[in-house]
Amino acid sequence: MFGLKGDWSLEVKDRYFTLQDYCGAEPRWCTGCGDHGILAAVHRVCRDSQIRPEKTVAVSGIGCSSRLPHYMNTYGFHGLHGRALPVACGIKSRRPDLDVWVATGDGDCFSIGAAHWIHAMRYNMDLTLLVFDNGIYGLTKKQTSPTTPMDVPTNTHPSGALLPPLNPLTVTLGVTNISFVAQIVDWNAVLRHEVIKKAHEHKGTSFVRIIQRCPVYVEAIGKRLQNEPARLKLLTHEKGIQLDDGVKNMFPNRAEHDPSDLAAARALAQDEEVLPLGILYHNPDAPRYETMSSVGLEMSVDEKLAGMNEALDHFAI
Amino acid sequence: MSNQRISGDTKYLFKRDRTWWVKLSVPRPLRGVLGYDLRRSLHTQDIEAARRARWEAIEEFRAKIEKLRAEQSGEVAEAPAATVSDPDRTRPAKDGIRRVDQHIVEIVSDSGEGAQKCGQILGLVSGKMGNGVWTVEIIPAEIQPPARERQGASGIRVRMGSKKITNMGNEADMVVAFNEQVLYSRIDNGAYRKGTIVLLESMWAEDPDERIRKQYQEALADFHAQGLIVHELPIQKECLKLVNDPRRGKNMFVLGMLCRIYHRDTDKAKIEIAKTFKKKGDKVIKINHDLFDAGYAFARDNLDYEFEIPAAEKDRLKSAVVINGNTAAGLGVMAAGIELVSMYPITPATSASHYLAEDFHLTGGFVHQAEDEIAAIGFAIGASYAGKTACTITSGPGMALKTEMIGLAVMAEIPLVIIDVQRGSPSTGLPTKVEQGDLLASLYGAPGDSPKIVIAAATISECFHFVVMARKLAESFRTPVILLTDANLATGVQPIERPDVSEEWFAAPLDQSAWDENVAPYDWDEATGLSDRPIPGMRGGEYILTGLAHNRHSKIAYDSASNQEGMNMRSRKLTTLAATMKPPEVHGDPTGDLLIVGWGSTLGAIEEAVDLARLQGKKVSTLHLRFLSPLEPGLKKIFSGFKKVMTIEINYSDDPDAPMINKENRRISQLALMLRAHTLIDIDCWSKVPGHPLQPGAIGRVIDARLAEIEGASSCSA
Ligand SMILES: Cc1ncc(C[n+]2csc(CCOP(=O)(O)OP(=O)(O)O)c2C)c(N)n1
Ligand code: SF4
Ligand SMILES: [Mg+2]
Repeated sequence: MFGLKGDWSLEVKDRYFTLQDYCGAEPRWCTGCGDHGILAAVHRVCRDSQIRPEKTVAVSGIGCSSRLPHYMNTYGFHGLHGRALPVACGIKSRRPDLDVWVATGDGDCFSIGAAHWIHAMRYNMDLTLLVFDNGIYGLTKKQTSPTTPMDVPTNTHPSGALLPPLNPLTVTLGVTNISFVAQIVDWNAVLRHEVIKKAHEHKGTSFVRIIQRCPVYVEAIGKRLQNEPARLKLLTHEKGIQLDDGVKNMFPNRAEHDPSDLAAARALAQDEEVLPLGILYHNPDAPRYETMSSVGLEMSVDEKLAGMNEALDHFAI
Repeated sequence: MSNQRISGDTKYLFKRDRTWWVKLSVPRPLRGVLGYDLRRSLHTQDIEAARRARWEAIEEFRAKIEKLRAEQSGEVAEAPAATVSDPDRTRPAKDGIRRVDQHIVEIVSDSGEGAQKCGQILGLVSGKMGNGVWTVEIIPAEIQPPARERQGASGIRVRMGSKKITNMGNEADMVVAFNEQVLYSRIDNGAYRKGTIVLLESMWAEDPDERIRKQYQEALADFHAQGLIVHELPIQKECLKLVNDPRRGKNMFVLGMLCRIYHRDTDKAKIEIAKTFKKKGDKVIKINHDLFDAGYAFARDNLDYEFEIPAAEKDRLKSAVVINGNTAAGLGVMAAGIELVSMYPITPATSASHYLAEDFHLTGGFVHQAEDEIAAIGFAIGASYAGKTACTITSGPGMALKTEMIGLAVMAEIPLVIIDVQRGSPSTGLPTKVEQGDLLASLYGAPGDSPKIVIAAATISECFHFVVMARKLAESFRTPVILLTDANLATGVQPIERPDVSEEWFAAPLDQSAWDENVAPYDWDEATGLSDRPIPGMRGGEYILTGLAHNRHSKIAYDSASNQEGMNMRSRKLTTLAATMKPPEVHGDPTGDLLIVGWGSTLGAIEEAVDLARLQGKKVSTLHLRFLSPLEPGLKKIFSGFKKVMTIEINYSDDPDAPMINKENRRISQLALMLRAHTLIDIDCWSKVPGHPLQPGAIGRVIDARLAEIEGASSCSA
């Protein structure tokens, strides 16, 4: 909490929040959609950390995934397609006391919002950024997204995407001043929870790419990965996540990876055949923009009046 | 009537707008001081009375000329007053100070020679001496245009007066030109008249390049032929005595010259010079002070021009600050208690943020330079949603990018101040030049119905106060407010009454008290459309803001009734605001032949032209609108008091005389279009996109032409 002027632990003792306290409207996602599990993980992490619902803001863009705020019983901002990050950063800029979550999709974040993605990573404000990457535009009914594999037909590219998919991890790991980069699959509840919990605890922008199943439009993408566990590589480390053997054994392909090692993280991300799961990179000390943008927050009215007059003096005759 | 011939003796007499005037030509050598001729109105329409009255004036004119001639030494008789290309021919200063009411001076140079800095300091010093001032920057669109090119002209106009000055005025009285080519672009703009004094750098006469020497000589002859009074001055040569590269520094020499010519306070000038070069260290300040002193001494020893512009403005203003419109807007942001300005650089808006970057910390604020304009407004919207007052500052192309976000702010009722410093359009347009082209886009630019408050500042003072008002309106009406200013206001420097900032101007502190759970986040009042909003941190107020159609509970609602209700409520807020307003005040008589309607930065020029016309007995008045959405009430009634109503604007309309244009297909200017729809009155317009502010002289000619039409029409029907 260094540098933050929040007071968010003040009331926690006399209020205990249950999962129900974070649940909003009934989710309207399709049956079997990976979004349900991610939402459950978010509710649990909120409950476990006992964050105050009124101090929590879930921000999103537009897409299936961006419906998430409606399913929270906190404050929420369901804004424009691609623009969740600028709004979330703006909220955090002068309200570092608020706990800000961002839910966005592969189209929302990696396509229309790509500029904001790069820059938000660099601002490194304290946000928990969950990218629901289903490899497709869900809400608008099956158009190619930047991460759609070439062999998956879509309504805009019936014979498959024309170009190889964008690798969001290498892009993110290439941005200056990143502080937390992780990847998970929606269908492993323990991994999901551990990583989102760590992401939330981290002070800085925690980028979590969630490989999310959309059984309605691109069932093959999820199925393939579920059937070929060797294509996934679980990363564990004392500085990253540590899982029970029971969970670990679900991943035949595993590695110890120190998340403070950026070069190693980049090498793992580069591998297009095997998807690393867990925390790729973590730097708790990267500068956070909100510590700069929140200057002057506690100035009194008298101080401001004096400052105003000083400013006018600069132009006085 | 005005064309009717008068037979008989009209010596020294001429008629203007039915009134007789007297004039006497001034001998050539004295024109630099007295102008082309001496003239004044005889205040009579009767030729006999004029014939009798003229002699007194003629005698007075002759005495004035004789006095000046006596003061001047005999040797000046034929040569232009101060051709000092040859230093040996310089003459000592004369004690001929001329008192003038106002003077317009321009400094033009190649880009990078610092003419603007020179003029800005001259303007600042004049303002600080208590003179009325208005400056207009002459900016080439390119950063590094080629040297000695007409289109590369960079510079500044400074209009100084005894009283308040509200606009750039007509032709300049004096111009300092660093080369002869840049002068041409200003001549093409009609910036000068016969008798304008030109102080021209003479180094080009000896340039090693024959082509340049030739250009220079040709231009010189041309300027003389056009009636400009040219004095060639060895500015470069003089500066070389102090510095190796006078391209940097010449401007301070010229500033010294002008401070001598206009009797400016040299201490004040030196303070401003020191401020300008503060970051470069004492050595640089010293050399610039030396250049200033050298220029001052040079003008004293070599030029006969000395003007005094008494400072009456200081009596009018209790205490003043001298600022341009962008600084005013920046100070307004601070005085409004706005905490965050989120922006992306764009001319001519950026300097407001430059200013804030210097001083915003004094009131605890922060400037966020975003990755683009969409992010800039998104960031501001985020802060505002979280209960912090925020503002975004931009210009036309940036407004275009922000459109979707503005629609979101309207839909979700997020308070926000958006300042649009308008520039030439469309597309990248004329980045540095003035236009009033964003009016309709501001009102109607977003998809669907997107009612919001739009106001326009007409003065530099309003650039300040309207930000304070915009912040209050945004919060009271839970809506974005667009404040339109423009490139003319942005860079125009003027002394304004120092605002007496009060703590009520500041936004209320962040409210984190609990919210009554029974009150919906959009608890629209049926009668007004207004509602209070919960702020994150308020317990019990949790809601999900959405840009989708929603009901009072901020729940997504696709049903017809909810959609209609939301639309009604958002629109009703504007009606509520309009109901609180009084009809605007007409400048001039409330009835008459012609009413000019304007908005934004044209106020000063329009009122100056209208005042002059009224002095001449013409029945013209003007109305200047500050609120564009909603419009102020009572317009139809006001308009019905005039035979003709027309807008004057700096945006595009078809010239009525252009090929194929007729009354039906003519595309008219933006305010005219709005007012016609609003009042169903046949409102005419005169609008131009010259890339510079409108001048009172041009507006005066429009007034005359329209009055003649009205007179013609009524005499036909009579
Ligand atoms: C400016 C704009 N362009 C396009 C759209 C239409 N649109 C809505 S969501 C979406 C894509 C969503 O895909 P993704 O971000 O991957 O989210 P998903 O639905 O897959 O979760 C598009 C193109 C829009 N709402 N706004
Ligand atoms: S369309 Fe796909 S992503 Fe959207 S809710 Fe259904 S399954 Fe989920
Ligand atoms: Mg998607």
